[in-house]
Amino acid sequence: MDQALLLSRLQFAWVIALHILLPAFTVGLAAYIAVLEGLFFFGRRPVFLRLSRYWLRIFAVSFGMGVVSGIVMPFQFGTNWSRYSEITGGVTGPLMAYEVLTAFFLEAGFLGILLFGRDKVPPWVHFFAGVMVAGGTLLSTFWILAANSWMQTPAGYGIVDGRFVPVDWWKAVFTPSFPYRLVHTTMAFFITTAFAVIGVAAYHLRHDRYLEESVTMQKMGFGLLAILVPLQVFIGDQHGLNTLEYQPVKIAAIEANWETQSHMPLLLFAWPDERAERNDFEVAIPELGSLILRHHVDGVVPGLKDWKPGDRPPVAIPFFSFRIMVGIGLAMLAMTLAGLWVWYRGRLSTTRWFQRLCLAAMPLGFIAVIAGWVTTEVGRQPWVVYGLLRTRDAVTPSLRGGDVTVSILVYIAAYIVIFGSGVYFLARLARGGFGPAEPDLQPFPTQKRPISGATRVT
Amino acid sequence: MALDLVPLWTAILAFGVFMYVLLDGFDLGVGILFPLAHGVQERSLMMNSIAPIWDFNETWLVLGGVGLLAAFPIAFAIIIPAVYFPILFMLVGLIFRGVAFEFSHLAKKRAFWSGGFFVGSLVATFSQGVVLGTYVQGIPVSGRAFVGGSFDWLTPFALLTGLGLIAGYGLLGACWLVMKTEGELQAWARRMARGFTIGVAAFVAMVSVWTPLLEPQVRSRWFGGDHPFWLWPVPLVTAGLFVWLWRSIARGHFAPFLAGMGIFLMAYIGLGISIFPLVVPYTYDLWQSAASPSSQAFLMIGTLFLLPIILGYTVYSYYVFRGKVQAGTGYGHAEGTH
Repeated sequence: MDQALLLSRLQFAWVIALHILLPAFTVGLAAYIAVLEGLFFFGRRPVFLRLSRYWLRIFAVSFGMGVVSGIVMPFQFGTNWSRYSEITGGVTGPLMAYEVLTAFFLEAGFLGILLFGRDKVPPWVHFFAGVMVAGGTLLSTFWILAANSWMQTPAGYGIVDGRFVPVDWWKAVFTPSFPYRLVHTTMAFFITTAFAVIGVAAYHLRHDRYLEESVTMQKMGFGLLAILVPLQVFIGDQHGLNTLEYQPVKIAAIEANWETQSHMPLLLFAWPDERAERNDFEVAIPELGSLILRHHVDGVVPGLKDWKPGDRPPVAIPFFSFRIMVGIGLAMLAMTLAGLWVWYRGRLSTTRWFQRLCLAAMPLGFIAVIAGWVTTEVGRQPWVVYGLLRTRDAVTPSLRGGDVTVSILVYIAAYIVIFGSGVYFLARLARGGFGPAEPDLQPFPTQKRPISGATRVT
Repeated sequence: MALDLVPLWTAILAFGVFMYVLLDGFDLGVGILFPLAHGVQERSLMMNSIAPIWDFNETWLVLGGVGLLAAFPIAFAIIIPAVYFPILFMLVGLIFRGVAFEFSHLAKKRAFWSGGFFVGSLVATFSQGVVLGTYVQGIPVSGRAFVGGSFDWLTPFALLTGLGLIAGYGLLGACWLVMKTEGELQAWARRMARGFTIGVAAFVAMVSVWTPLLEPQVRSRWFGGDHPFWLWPVPLVTAGLFVWLWRSIARGHFAPFLAGMGIFLMAYIGLGISIFPLVVPYTYDLWQSAASPSSQAFLMIGTLFLLPIILGYTVYSYYVFRGKVQAGTGYGHAEGTH
């Protein structure tokens, strides 16, 4: 049973971590494509059509991967977390069902038209399809984060016969952490996409190709980042304050703060020792922790020792993952300022060192999204519904360790093949550029090849 | 006392699952037929005919799963663990066939992903059939949890329903191709449809005999009690549909697909008659496993509003891609015209 529990947690972490990479990219990309389609529809500048076609091929592949890896997710709740399903299904089930009804059907219903229908429907319908797909991805983000936020800061429920029963749906959807999580995550997705777009543009600029397209991409990307990145720093701070109020033990773990104290220092580095309840190798800035979390040096920040050891999350994982996320955020801020400077000087197409930097920065958003997700989910432990249902009480009772060993190995092998190939194909599509498909992408004459979003986008 | 929404939820979920079986049924069936087709051109046309709609079709599966979780959480929590491995195989099969639409021609080694398209479709279909068989043969329950073993699904009956569903989806796929293609490929699809019709008839007969033998409740529902007369139409209509299917395969365009869907509908109704009002055979009924009234009501408001809209743009999307599927350039737009 303990083995089944541990392996089930690892399996969930594996399938969701890989899945989340795709929405992290496609939520922003769908919106970008809708904007490009809109700019072309109203302005008729050909560069926007070329950009939209180019990104649609990439979107088709990533969205397909997102769909199939997403289908896995709800079934995980049944196969491995049946007690969770039984106990929380009355609240989380409708939230996820609304995701299907409002978002998945919308995306899937209009995706075919967006990918294959440019010549089959009037231009405004095609533009409309792009807006619907983008809207669908945002609605999906809304509902799934509502479900997640309810698990973090449950509200609007009663408990009847050992099961959660909704008593106030408004409160159950708009839980205390939800607005912050929704804005923070959605902006993270947009920022991730913007860095991916900027990196792809930098690749072409380095090879002195597609100058008009690439400079347009970089200007659009940095224009968005100029607004979103500073805003994200502010929202992140607000989200932290919200967590301090509603999940103080998560903040204590993130900061590896053992004692409740005022004038708390900010740890830049430490090696948390959970058994000894202390940190080794601390590198700290005095007072700054209290200043950030309470906006005053006298502010008292709770320490881990206020909770029984069995009620504390692991410390080292959220401590480090949080620092990775924040570190990347600051690096992104610096890159955004640099990009705006290069743009201002009119040198986006010629500054080699900056193009290399943009290319290297492409994975940053994805890493930050994963790190943020690890921080918030591990920080919620040992609870699956914070303060109410322990993770160990949520696992499927009939599961044996051997069952989960088999399934996790199957998922690991399958996802390595699928995601490995997917990243390879996406990179090839991106490198292929704006002209007709590369010769090596055409092993057969056109008439004989199957259509797909990636090659048949019109 | 609030309105009892359980019957409406049952109807909506039953509708959702049936939509899934029909829609993903025919496109999984196309995957099953894939290696039997000769030639690259034929296979490309087959894939073309479902490329714009497959992921929409699969969305009904997610609706079925999540809808069950939302409206009948206890049923979800009991049934899914009982089919742990079939669900695993189904999901991995669906993953490989889903990405094949995009990967199979981006890859230099196309054969690997084309193979994945076929094997994924086959495994997913077989697994769904096994899930069905495991469900019908009954799920051991204690309290609110599944208490059987991890391999309870490995029975002759469940394996038979697995094979039966392969035949069934293969039939739907063949009928779909009859409708969507022309010329040689259509003639080939007609031959396939004939073969699969025989297979489906055999499996329907075997399952119809075996299920009542297996389960007393099903036996008394069909052969005991006072109402065998009004159940007569079910086998009679099914037999009539088989005759219609067989006759229409030679010349019909839409008729075989309609008849095939009709047979699925009758089998589905037969299953419903066998187990109603249970949702976890043979312990929990629909009301015992339902979510609280407020959960049901909250979701019902949106569902009643959204389902017609969804059906509306489904029809529109199918309408946009109506007609016979064309090779290469006729479909969408030529490649070099950026």
